[in-house]
Amino acid sequence: MTPNLVYVVIIGVLFAAGVSLVLERSLTRVLMGMILLGNGVNLLILLGGAAGTPPIVGLGPQDAMADPLPQIMILTAIVITLGMTAFLLALAYRSWALSGHDEVQDDDEDRRIMRLAERDEGSGIEDTEEPTR
Amino acid sequence: MLVLLILHALAAVSAPALIRALGNRALYGLALVPASAAAWAVTQTGRTPTLSIPWVPQLGIGLDLRMGTLSWLLLLIVGGIGAIVLVYCASYFTPGAEGLGRFAAVFLSFAGAMTGLVLTDDLLLLYVFWELTTVFSYLLIGQSPEQAASRRAAMQALVVTTFGGLAMLVGFVMLGEHAGTYRWSQIAAGPLPGGGYLATAVVLILLGALSKSAVFPFSFWLPAAMAAPTPASAYLHAASMVKAGVFLLGLLGPVLSAAGPWRPVTVVAGLTTMLLGGWAAMRQHDLKLLLAYGTVSQLGLLTVAFGAAGRTAALAGATLLLSHALFKAALFLVVGVIDKVTGTRDLRRLSGLGRRLPAVAVAGCLAVASMAGVPPLLGFVGKEALFAAFAEDGTTGAVVLVTLVAGSGLTVAYGLRFLWGAFATKPGVDGTVPERAGFAFVTPALVLAAAGVAAGVAAGGLDSLLSPYADGFGEEGPGYHLALWHGPGLPVVLSVAVFVLGGLIYAGHRRREWPGQRFPAADGVYRRLMSGVDRAAVEVTGATQRGSLPFSLGSILIVLVVLGAVTLSLGAPWPSGVRLWDTPLQLVVGLVVVAAAVLAVNTRRRMTAMILVGVCGYGVALLFVLHGAPDLALTQFLVETVTIVMFVLVLRRLPARFSARPLRINRWTRNTLAVATGLVTSGMAYAAVMGRQAVPISVDFPDLSVSYGGGNNVVNVALVDIRAWDTMGEISVLVVAATGVASLIFRRSQALQQRRAEQGNVPTTGSGWLRAAEVPESLRQSIILQVVARLLFHTIVLFSIYLLFAGHNMPGGGFAGGLVAGLALTTRYLAGGRDELNAAAPVDAGLVLGTGLLISVGTGAAALIAGGEVLQSALIDVHLPLLGHLHFATSAAFDIGVYLIVVGMVLEILRSLGAELDRQADIPEMSDESDKVGEPV
Repeated sequence: MTPNLVYVVIIGVLFAAGVSLVLERSLTRVLMGMILLGNGVNLLILLGGAAGTPPIVGLGPQDAMADPLPQIMILTAIVITLGMTAFLLALAYRSWALSGHDEVQDDDEDRRIMRLAERDEGSGIEDTEEPTR
Repeated sequence: MLVLLILHALAAVSAPALIRALGNRALYGLALVPASAAAWAVTQTGRTPTLSIPWVPQLGIGLDLRMGTLSWLLLLIVGGIGAIVLVYCASYFTPGAEGLGRFAAVFLSFAGAMTGLVLTDDLLLLYVFWELTTVFSYLLIGQSPEQAASRRAAMQALVVTTFGGLAMLVGFVMLGEHAGTYRWSQIAAGPLPGGGYLATAVVLILLGALSKSAVFPFSFWLPAAMAAPTPASAYLHAASMVKAGVFLLGLLGPVLSAAGPWRPVTVVAGLTTMLLGGWAAMRQHDLKLLLAYGTVSQLGLLTVAFGAAGRTAALAGATLLLSHALFKAALFLVVGVIDKVTGTRDLRRLSGLGRRLPAVAVAGCLAVASMAGVPPLLGFVGKEALFAAFAEDGTTGAVVLVTLVAGSGLTVAYGLRFLWGAFATKPGVDGTVPERAGFAFVTPALVLAAAGVAAGVAAGGLDSLLSPYADGFGEEGPGYHLALWHGPGLPVVLSVAVFVLGGLIYAGHRRREWPGQRFPAADGVYRRLMSGVDRAAVEVTGATQRGSLPFSLGSILIVLVVLGAVTLSLGAPWPSGVRLWDTPLQLVVGLVVVAAAVLAVNTRRRMTAMILVGVCGYGVALLFVLHGAPDLALTQFLVETVTIVMFVLVLRRLPARFSARPLRINRWTRNTLAVATGLVTSGMAYAAVMGRQAVPISVDFPDLSVSYGGGNNVVNVALVDIRAWDTMGEISVLVVAATGVASLIFRRSQALQQRRAEQGNVPTTGSGWLRAAEVPESLRQSIILQVVARLLFHTIVLFSIYLLFAGHNMPGGGFAGGLVAGLALTTRYLAGGRDELNAAAPVDAGLVLGTGLLISVGTGAAALIAGGEVLQSALIDVHLPLLGHLHFATSAAFDIGVYLIVVGMVLEILRSLGAELDRQADIPEMSDESDKVGEPV
């Protein structure tokens, strides 16, 4: 089997565009990036199976049939992407309603730990400190 | 034996309720449980009962129980002293004391774990019980969780003993893997592994045993553990738990002492512990702490006895083990009584108690006498035997003997100090006036102390009981026998020397302050170690978890790019040729997709970006068509449409443009990473074709789908039959996502309730079929659109049902059908708003989702009930009048569930992202962001 060059190029472009959007801060853009990445991944899976007639028994000879396995996987992936899109959209809206923008903020807890690390301090768990006697 | 364990578990579970109902008297009843363990041990004297019940046969773990002589002795101690301490508890705790139920439950659980520990023959099971005792000990030490010292002590004991336990586990695994079994009786009988391997395993196991028994350098946790209630200390930290380590030495010693490190490690650590513990005990003012350091010292002595691994030493060890359990538990109970009736344990403030509490004083004196090794008590018998064991051992023996004498001298001295501190009348200190100590309060200590005398007098009888254990060390010759009097010899001389030395030390200590630091610096080392771990964790977390999404994603992508590029360049299976396309149409569609994707990245307007992403999606759907995947294409078209609707619904509320904040990762870095990822993925896609070397599993799918699934459409039959588990997981995700959307949007639960009410209460006109919401004329958006939507609605829904059932043989199926029905609802909503939606679907979305999931799961379960595998489908062919031949696969019911879930999800999305957002915009006071509504697009 030989690779289909059009697919190879489209996959690359979809991934590049998706990554570029995912690295943004705006949740809407991150979501669009995820959708593009999802499309790229689906094509990547599709590329693994031969093209042909639709995998419906009786439409044509079985040798000419497209490989059904990648299609089954992709169908699941498409619908899951829909669920995820709905959830992330709700998240973006909620973020906007609460803070006036839909940008992903840095995690407060992580930043607290980073500050502790910069100050060379421990996490303040009582067992690790000298007891005051 | 199993009955004993179950009995303990039941008692532990019922203890809180019993204590609530009966008060402290319940403890007398609960004491019967450990007492029954001891009684059972008595009935089994001289026998070796075994029991084997498979538990995890794959791992070779079973409930293998076996009671040898040493286990018998330990069971007597654990059960007997457990019962006595529980009786004592009834007087120690104030009636109705807070946490008594918890205490009793944990105490009994501990007794059960300890019973299991001494009875088990399986090393892994032993480890389980071992750690259980650790956990229960943690809970008992932390009985007062509101005190920082209590928490700290509990945590320290937990960390130290768990560390040792883990090391021990590794040692056990090494032994077990070598022998091919974890039953100790079989490992002991089989050949042992070689030098270095065995030595490593032994050192690891010793780490566990020594840390549990608080032997140097792990001693520091035991004195801190005195934060536990005194009865718990008497039981755990004198009689039973700390004995577990010594017990392990005694159990494994006959075989593992053959390993090089065994004797040096145990004897040196034991002797060091004995001296340090005794030394530290001399400077304590708290009677309980004095006993704790005394226990440390005595555990050192026991470690020496069992570690020496000779017949005489082992006999001495077993005797000392029993005597220590008796006298030290008695002493702790005495301290508990004193603490309770006077309110203090500080020996500087106690005076004249000897005359006021004569019975307590008698118990204390007998116990101390046994500890010091005064004839005719059991302690004397044991110590004589130990001296005898080292008497004929050359220079090493001499060194050990000298150290033992010094340590025993300290023991005598701190014993005297204890008696003086607790009972003597001290000049310059006011006589302490105790409360009355009840009969039941004092008797337990007296019983234990008297048992020490009785066992000492009956040393000859004890000898025959304990000899079978000592014989396990397999030495030839007549052997040593326990007795009160062996005639003149080195041991007697040494005993006298011990008394003299002890008296001198005591006299000297009365003259001047006892020198020395608190306790060796191990405690400080522990703290530094813990804070070091904590600091390292903070540094590592701070360095890797930057808390920034782009940073984390970037790190992942860089790994992907680097790994992918390296793998590709190091000889990926490059295909021999390449074809441009399957059909030139692919190029046309591809160009559109590529252009849309690139533009989508660069636009700053939300709506434009969304439409461009949609174009990409439709383009991919066209590619599916060209590839020969009509089901994919159908689903992708529908999903893309629903996605666009969702985006529009949300984006109308968000600002039209993306915010232009400065990004942490600048544009150039971002684009470089993006291009690199694209290139690597392209390379992977190029090479991936060669990855499919084996015959694909799907070659049989067409035949399978016809013969088993009863349908011609391979993809759909696979979804509901061959890979139905996959679909089951997928629809669960959909339900969760829909619920998540609703919970994010409906911010107040009253909004959710209001929604329910609205659904039932829409003023409608018309009959059931062409129902329409009554909307004020002014609010109508487009009357033509509304009417058309209403007219089309049923046709579309009917079509969706057709797709659902046709999907088995032609493109369609539950997903596609559900999405089409969802789009029908969407049309109604877009045309007439939320009232129109409620009129079209007067049901709760959650109900639809739940029904769908129920049907899908029910279909799967029904197959199980009918005797098939989960989700297996059956084919039903029936002839119906008028309708003719009906061919039906049960998996169609599964597909109906999928259909309903998809409809429910779309409905939930419309209600949340559509109707609720409308409502929040309509009612300013309900919508706290009404002033931030985005500009119209």
